[in-house]
Amino acid sequence: MGTSQLTGAEALVEIMIEQGVEFVFGLPGGNVIPIYDALVGRKVQLVLTRHEQGAVHMADGYARATGKVGVALVTSGPGATNTVTGLFTALMDSVPLVVICGQSPTFVLGLDAFQEADVSGITYACVKHSYLVKDVQDIPRVLREAFYIASSGRPGPVLIDMPKDISGKVLLEAKPEAFHLPGYAVPSEGDPAAVAAVAKALKAAQRPILLIGHGAAISGASVEVRELVERMRMPAVSTLLGKGVLPESHELSLGMLGMHGTAYANKAMVACDLVMSVGSRWDDRIVGSYSEFCKGAVKIHVDIDPAEMDKVVKVDIGVVGDAKAVLGQLLPLIERGDTEDWVKQVERWRREYPLAYRKEGKVRAQHVIQELRALAGDKAVFTTDVGQHQMWAAQYVGSESARNWISSGGAGTMGFGFPAAVGAQLGRPGELVIAIVGDGGFQMTLSELATMRNLDLPIEIIVINNHYLGMVRQWQNMFYDDRYSGVDLEGNPDFARLAEAYGVRGYRITRPADVRRVLKAALEHEGPCLVDAEVEKHDNVFPMIPAGAPLRDMLLGPPRRKLEKPTGGT
Amino acid sequence: MDEANGGAARHSLSLYVANKPGVLIRVALVFSRRGFNIDSLVVSETQDPRYSRMNIVARGERETLVRILGQLNKLVDVIHARDYSYEDVIQKELALVKIDCPPERRAEAFQVMEAFKARTIDLAESTLAVEVTGSSEKLDAFETLLRPFGIRDMVRSGKLLMARGTETT
Repeated sequence: MGTSQLTGAEALVEIMIEQGVEFVFGLPGGNVIPIYDALVGRKVQLVLTRHEQGAVHMADGYARATGKVGVALVTSGPGATNTVTGLFTALMDSVPLVVICGQSPTFVLGLDAFQEADVSGITYACVKHSYLVKDVQDIPRVLREAFYIASSGRPGPVLIDMPKDISGKVLLEAKPEAFHLPGYAVPSEGDPAAVAAVAKALKAAQRPILLIGHGAAISGASVEVRELVERMRMPAVSTLLGKGVLPESHELSLGMLGMHGTAYANKAMVACDLVMSVGSRWDDRIVGSYSEFCKGAVKIHVDIDPAEMDKVVKVDIGVVGDAKAVLGQLLPLIERGDTEDWVKQVERWRREYPLAYRKEGKVRAQHVIQELRALAGDKAVFTTDVGQHQMWAAQYVGSESARNWISSGGAGTMGFGFPAAVGAQLGRPGELVIAIVGDGGFQMTLSELATMRNLDLPIEIIVINNHYLGMVRQWQNMFYDDRYSGVDLEGNPDFARLAEAYGVRGYRITRPADVRRVLKAALEHEGPCLVDAEVEKHDNVFPMIPAGAPLRDMLLGPPRRKLEKPTGGT
Repeated sequence: MDEANGGAARHSLSLYVANKPGVLIRVALVFSRRGFNIDSLVVSETQDPRYSRMNIVARGERETLVRILGQLNKLVDVIHARDYSYEDVIQKELALVKIDCPPERRAEAFQVMEAFKARTIDLAESTLAVEVTGSSEKLDAFETLLRPFGIRDMVRSGKLLMARGTETT
């Protein structure tokens, strides 16, 4: 800490610098002015957003792209309540964030003061932990704890509610107080006996599958995952957020599994005799029916969060620990079993059931995304929003590196993709960052075009524009007798001209012949740009497993008969 | 434990938590999110003022409760949370009961009280307030026997738990 006396706000900024914070995303208001004041002239760059939701998603995109903690700074009341969606998004996907909210002064707390909201109360259910600071002397300790809790173990968002009088008070010189968190344990290595049991089960398996989740990406286990897969000759599937941990071009990678995963990944899941999840939480999007999931197969679960063990899928061997550390323990123990027939079988499925789409007629979203991926190359960072375009992107954007694929998984937050790209680009300057968004989700946070323009970030925004809330339309088409309700986005703006109004170069794709030419021009353009791709309105995403159904019920294309309403949620 | 009753058994939990504002609501949210009703809740300071003890009795399916324990132990402010439903531990509860008791029924009331080792704490013209301690089941039985008198008021402390011998709770 500094030499002379600091205010609470100044101490807060000091600790941010100490913690290596490069960017603070936010929008000020009365109760947070002292902290904004303390940022003037400091080494931390303030990114002024147009909405607090954008700020939290930017911090989130920054965190996912870099592995560092993302920081947002907002004011009390509505400023703080606008962060709720972002907090929830980060909690569901285990993203390390520290969100600092200004608060009314302590002497009016609970008295319905102007812009006073019980932010702690509102956010308990969507944070990993939170603080209401009532003593200026606590600020250094609280900040250090917050960064530690956000980034360690299973990461998550931590909220700090900071009353204005506290941030304005002078902090007495005090020696740094070590923090003590007796209720917070961070698992590292797994139980050696359980790890040995995993090695034994792997050797005995004839049809093993590795299921790669976000936890493997977070712990940076790419090298270990690859070694395991290659030495065991074990095909691997990944969840939406596990994409790229094993390069998707790898011969043993089957891509994404689950509701809209590849047919060969799902066929392999149905047929496997052992499934080993590393850092996935057996989400309902990948499991389908809990009781039917990989029935008869040995199930192994490696996860850092003990609460995930047996939460939804009962496992035969559970190992609580960090993915990288546990795989590090496992690799010296493994012995290759006999999997060659299995690998050949999986290869046959890959050839027989490739991802496919109809190329005739209007522009196809899949065509745009496939072409975009080919032009952008292996090193580009892709972010997506939520909906049909997200699933097509998951299918057609093969990812070669874990931190190059950024998408809202568990929360399914529309409006996430574009601001996340802003955060990712700030964290990864000089790299190509592409946001693939839908026309619905993009309109939820497009005010951040101004933020992108101000920072002159060379992001490419690709709007997959079908003038519908396409995923809901797909469900209404398939399961609700084609009765469309609340899905027609009549009144969409001309996105290219809207972009131009913000000073962002706008392009349009209206015919299949435009796709390559326009995407190439957009990628060659220096500076921010947006491509409005007018795509076929009625395309549905396939393969599809109806929610709650077993993986074997996968539909490869439009069904011939009327379908029952799915039993699973959304 | 009455698991036959739709799988919804009563569970007795003990939590050792940081003595801070907000801890109670974090704990309560873990239950409410899964639709678990809390039957009784006791929170008090421990021998170490930095920590509090929570004793919670809740009803629900055992499988759900196991998940709830996992979520409780995940809270930063929860040092540990344990289920003592299936263990032999010291269990006590206190109840204060005020009944309608005209002078001619006092002898009858005292007889019931004696059987339960209950004490008189307030005796008025037409009412009688008594104090009784013991297991929750004993208190349930006591309440049943007093009901014919007419219970005007009743308050129960909720179940208190403590491990036996040298073991700490």
